[in-house]
Amino acid sequence: MARRTMRLNGRDIGSALLTALWFAFLALPFLAVKINPVEQTVTWRWHAIIYVALAAFLLSLGGSLYRQYRKAHLARKSQNDLSSEQSLFGRLWATRKIRLSLLAALTAAAITFPLLFSTYQTNIMITALIYVMLGLGLNIVVGVAGLLDLGYVAFYAVGAYSYALLNLHFGIGFWSALPISALLAAFFGVILGFPVLRLRGDYLAIVTLGFGEIIRLILENWNAFSKGPSGIANIPRPGFFGLDLTLEGAIIYLYYLMLGLVLFTVFVVNRLQNSRIGRAWFALREDEIACQAMGIDKTRTKLTAFALGATWAGMAGVIFAAKTTFVNPASFTFLESAIILCIVVLGGMGSIIGVVLAALLLILLPEYLRPLADYRMLAFGAVLVAMMVFRPQGLVSRVRRTYVPAGKNIPDE
Amino acid sequence: MNRQEGQSTSDRPVLEVMNLTMDFGGIRALDGFCLRLRQGEIAALIGPNGAGKTTFFNCLTGMYLPTRGELQLFRPDGATRRLNGLRPDKITEQGLARTFQNIRLFPRMTVLENVMIGRHCRTRAGVLGAILRGPAARREEKDTVRISSRILEKIGLAGQLNEFAGNLPYGAQRRLEIARALATEPLILLLDEPAAGMNPQETRELDELICRLRDEGLTILLIEHDMKLVMSLSDHIFVMDYGRKIAEGTPAEVRRNPEVIKAYLGEEESFGPA
Repeated sequence: MARRTMRLNGRDIGSALLTALWFAFLALPFLAVKINPVEQTVTWRWHAIIYVALAAFLLSLGGSLYRQYRKAHLARKSQNDLSSEQSLFGRLWATRKIRLSLLAALTAAAITFPLLFSTYQTNIMITALIYVMLGLGLNIVVGVAGLLDLGYVAFYAVGAYSYALLNLHFGIGFWSALPISALLAAFFGVILGFPVLRLRGDYLAIVTLGFGEIIRLILENWNAFSKGPSGIANIPRPGFFGLDLTLEGAIIYLYYLMLGLVLFTVFVVNRLQNSRIGRAWFALREDEIACQAMGIDKTRTKLTAFALGATWAGMAGVIFAAKTTFVNPASFTFLESAIILCIVVLGGMGSIIGVVLAALLLILLPEYLRPLADYRMLAFGAVLVAMMVFRPQGLVSRVRRTYVPAGKNIPDE
Repeated sequence: MNRQEGQSTSDRPVLEVMNLTMDFGGIRALDGFCLRLRQGEIAALIGPNGAGKTTFFNCLTGMYLPTRGELQLFRPDGATRRLNGLRPDKITEQGLARTFQNIRLFPRMTVLENVMIGRHCRTRAGVLGAILRGPAARREEKDTVRISSRILEKIGLAGQLNEFAGNLPYGAQRRLEIARALATEPLILLLDEPAAGMNPQETRELDELICRLRDEGLTILLIEHDMKLVMSLSDHIFVMDYGRKIAEGTPAEVRRNPEVIKAYLGEEESFGPA
């Protein structure tokens, strides 16, 4: 029966042909026509168009096959028990032996990474880990509490600039700046939180977007305060008990530092999610009015989410400033917010493992796609679109938390 | 099914609503509405569609800020609390818990988690407690799970603790809403059309459940259109029309009241428990 549903009919082929034609038409001006302005000649490269059409045709056919497969799959699934609905990864993860060996392998890989790979690779990995932290922070606000925040980069900027400025004016070091910046970012989180308490969805997104831009514009234009677009240079790297490290040593040190901070973030965010407050956040995402009627203080819960989300961005900002030793407003554009939001959505709203995976993927992919040269960002975009088509719920959907009703042992994970 | 009045009710008032008025622009949804609930009774609020019943609930639970009027709660310890102008979550904390006419569960949370949300206002763990998970926070969390699952057992949903609330059948969702409200340890339970859309079997179960809760000392105020349920269940009935109370009394009194008959069926016709 499954075989019969998987056959292509004339309509699929027809629509695939149409798609091919359409793509060929779209690609015509920039792939087929090659103009040489010096010799004033026009070369027609029809073969390129044929490739495009062929690729579009095959992709479209593949797409309709996949849709049929999905349909059949879903139909089968709804016939079967719903409880067997668990991903391959989830089943593997549930087995203790596999889980332990996976974790061990992961730990070994993470620890040996800077020793096995070049400084360049380690540097990229540090960036990726910074984004893991940012993603986990934004995950609290967007993924868990359901408050769409498009200005998250503002807190990242607050963290980075507070370290840069505190160091510039008062000579405060990395380790003192870290908690101060985290607190400052949390404070800014509350400042943003207050005016947007009544807003939801699109309206909230617009206001947070504005907030992000305001912070960036202030940094760009208030020269006396932030040195404007030229930024602040010579920010010291984190100290290591007063030792002078070589550049390579400093980067490796920063890598381990970042690894530790990411683990700390995962630990804290996980505990927050599985707590009274985390539950209130999830409930707030689901239904605000019911939440209030059940005795949840909406104001406080939202502000906590904003503040705790911003805290991580503040810390990530300090690391960023220490890593690049230079900050300027160009590093905190809307694009950054968008990428961090991408990480959360791609990873799966509210899923910690998903966010970690997505951050690594989204930051490392463009780096390793460099051989594709000009088509790098195109391929990146294609991967993103494909992801959202095939797994709209994100890489890893949130695990349903179960409790043991007897109340004698509550699972820790 | 008729119960003797005063079986488990005392004359001690638990809620007093005086002269409650709610204007939406030029429209007066509530017009000097008065109501008094006695400890341990089941009271019903009935009236034609648009009479202002749900508006009254929303005013009572702090969703709307009433234009005028006085809301007073008499707590068992003898204290009197004024509810006017309190935020909804504060009112819930004072001991008024409600369900919604259109079910408002948290569909993508499990059944147990839904009830655990109801415990929120009776627990205290903060951010630090969540991160450090000290003995106090852990004990509180354990208690939350224990109390919540016990409530679910009582309400008959113990088998579906870890189901998503959105996947429950309709009647079970209605009961889960009641369970969630119970988790807030209310003095008064406010049910907004609890039997809407239920089949006769589910309605019967609901009837039994409400009686059981009353016997445990809870005061219950319900809005309901199912007259059979209202007449069999209620100790006291308030009838509303155009934002006013047009009658109140025992089911028998209300059934005979000419004002009520007029409001429901127009003139002349008789009003029965249909």
